[in-house]
Amino acid sequence: MTEIFGISLPALSGQLLIGLINGSFYALLSLGLAVIFGLLNIINFTHGAQYMMGAFVAWFLLNKTGLGYWWALVIAPIVVGATGVVIERLMLSRLYKLDHLYGLLLTFGLALIIEGAFHHQYGSAGLPYAMPSQLTGGSNLGFMYLPNYRAWVIVASLAICLATWFLIERTKLGSYLRAATENPSLVQAFGINVPRMITLTYGFGVGLAALAGVFAAPIYQVSPQMGSSLIIVVFAVVVIGGMGSIMGSIVTGFGLGIIEGLTKYFYPEASNTVIFVIMAIVLMFRPQGLFGQR
Amino acid sequence: MSEPQPVASTALDPAWEARYQRIGMAVMFAIFLAAPFVVYPVFLMKALCFALFACAFNLLLGFGGLLSFGHAMFLGMAGYMSAHAAKIWGFPPELAILTGMAASTVLGFFAGLLAIRRQGIYFAMITLALAQMVFFFCLQAPFTGGEDGIQAVPRGKLFGLVNLSNVHAMYFTVLGVFTIGFLLIHRVIHSPYGQVLKAIRENEARAISLGYRTERYKLLAFVLSAGIAGLAGATKAIVFQLASLSDVHWTMSGEVVLMTLLGGMGTIFGPVVGAFIIIAMQSYLAELGAWVTIVQGVIFVVCVLAFRRGIVGELEAFLRRRRGP
Repeated sequence: MTEIFGISLPALSGQLLIGLINGSFYALLSLGLAVIFGLLNIINFTHGAQYMMGAFVAWFLLNKTGLGYWWALVIAPIVVGATGVVIERLMLSRLYKLDHLYGLLLTFGLALIIEGAFHHQYGSAGLPYAMPSQLTGGSNLGFMYLPNYRAWVIVASLAICLATWFLIERTKLGSYLRAATENPSLVQAFGINVPRMITLTYGFGVGLAALAGVFAAPIYQVSPQMGSSLIIVVFAVVVIGGMGSIMGSIVTGFGLGIIEGLTKYFYPEASNTVIFVIMAIVLMFRPQGLFGQR
Repeated sequence: MSEPQPVASTALDPAWEARYQRIGMAVMFAIFLAAPFVVYPVFLMKALCFALFACAFNLLLGFGGLLSFGHAMFLGMAGYMSAHAAKIWGFPPELAILTGMAASTVLGFFAGLLAIRRQGIYFAMITLALAQMVFFFCLQAPFTGGEDGIQAVPRGKLFGLVNLSNVHAMYFTVLGVFTIGFLLIHRVIHSPYGQVLKAIRENEARAISLGYRTERYKLLAFVLSAGIAGLAGATKAIVFQLASLSDVHWTMSGEVVLMTLLGGMGTIFGPVVGAFIIIAMQSYLAELGAWVTIVQGVIFVVCVLAFRRGIVGELEAFLRRRRGP
C-alpha cells in the first residue's frame, strides 16, 4: 500500500508534512503581520529578524542558562515582544502621521541592523538546537513515519492561530481592537487608551513571530539569516490572502504550505517559486487578495 | 514635529529652478570629466552604474510615488542578458548592453502589469516577491551559471573601434551611458507626461477624475524605470566582466532604496550623491564584513526618523530658504 498510480505514498506524505510545517510558519508570521497592519498601518519588515531573534533567545536560554524548550516557548515571545514595544515607542510611533511607506523603510533598516549584528556575532553558520526530550521519536502511521516534534509544531501553531482568532473576533478586548482599526480617534474618545493598545498590539505581533522562531529552532538550524528569505515568502502569502481577515491569513498560510509541499513532490524545480506564481495569478484575477476587501 | 513638504510642490520660481538645475548639472559633469585622473577609475565606474540605477529607481519613487522593493531584478536580469550576449553570442558591447536593456524592459512590462494593480505597501511587497521569483529563476536556469554567475565576459570594442580594455576608454563609455540615461530621465520628468505623473503621485483620485488613465501612466513609468535600471545593469556586467546572483538578490533592491533615500528622493541629483556615498562606504568598510549591513540599517533609520528629505533635498531647501520666501 505504498504506491498508488505511481505515486509513492511515503514520499508524498513526507513532502505534505514539510508543507504543513512551512504552512504553520507562514500562518503564524502572516497572522502577526496582519494584526500589526490592521492597527498600525505599517508592514513590519523586521518580522523575519524578530522570528530569528526568537530562535536565538531559545538557543541562549538553553546554552547559557540551561532553561529548556518549554521555558523558551514562554520567555522568548515576552523578551522579543518587549524589544518590539521599545521599537514602537521610540521610533514607529513617530511615523503614524506620515506616508505608510516610511514605516516599511524604517522596519527594513531595523531588520538590516538586527541581522547584521547577529551575523557579526555568530557568523553565517547555523547553530544546532536540541529537540526537547519529551518530543523526540515518532510514530509509524502505516503509510508514513510521523516525527512527534513535527506533529507538535503543526498542532501547537494551529492552536495559537485559532486562539488569536478567538481573541480578536470573539472577546471584548478584540472588539476594542477591531473598533480602533476602523476609527482610532472615536475609540479614544470613548476613553480607551489607543496609543497603549497600538504598542501592545505591535508587541503581540512580534511575540507571535518570536514564538514561530522557537518552534523553528529544533527543525532548522538557528542562524542570523533564517528569517530574511522566509519573510519574502510570507509577504507573498499576505498579498495572496489579503490582510483583511484573521481567518484568511490562517487558511492561506496553511493552504500555501500544503501546495508548496505538493509541488516539491510533483515538480521540485518549481517548489521555490510556486507561491510567487500563485501570487501573480491571484493578482490578475482578484487583486485585493482571496480574503481582502476593497 | 514639522513635516517636510514634497520637494516638487515647493517649486517657487521656475526660472530660478531651471538655473539651479543647469548649474548643478554643469558642476556634476565637470567633476565626472576630471575625476578619472584623480580617483581610482574602477570605483568611479561602479559608482556611476549604481548612480544611474538609483536615478531610474528615483524616477518611479520620487516622481511616480511608487516604492519598488524589487528593482534588483532589472539590474540583475539585464546584467545576465548582456553578459550572455557578449560572451556566448559574441555581440559587440553596444549591442550587448542594448540586449540587456531590452530584456529588462520586457520584464518591467510584465512585472509592472501585475504590480500596479495594488498601491502603497502592497506594491512594495509584490515587487519584492516578483524579484525573489526572478532570483530563484536565475539560481536555477542553466544559462546564468548558478552560483558562479557568468564570468570572464569580454569587454570587446565599442562600435568595432574603441578597445574597452583600456580603463579610460571604458570609463568614458560608462560616463556616456550614464549621461544618456540621466538626460533621458531629466527630459521625462520635465515633459507633460512627467507633470501628469507628479499629479498622480500627489492625488491619484483627482487625476482619474480629470480623465487620465492613471494605470497607463504608472505602467509607462515602471517600464521606463525598469529599462534604465537595465541599462545600468547591462553596462555594469560589461565593465566588471561579470554577471552574478548578488545583483538579483533582494539586498540589492534594498541598497538602491537606501541610495535614493539618503541622497534625497524626488530630487534630480539626490540618487547620484546617495549612490556615490554608499558605494564609497562599501569600498572603505569592506573588510569590516557585517558592519556594512549594520551601518546601512542605521542610515535607513536615521534618514526615516530625522532626515526624510535626504542630503540634496536638505540642500535645496536651504538654498530656497536663503533666497527668501
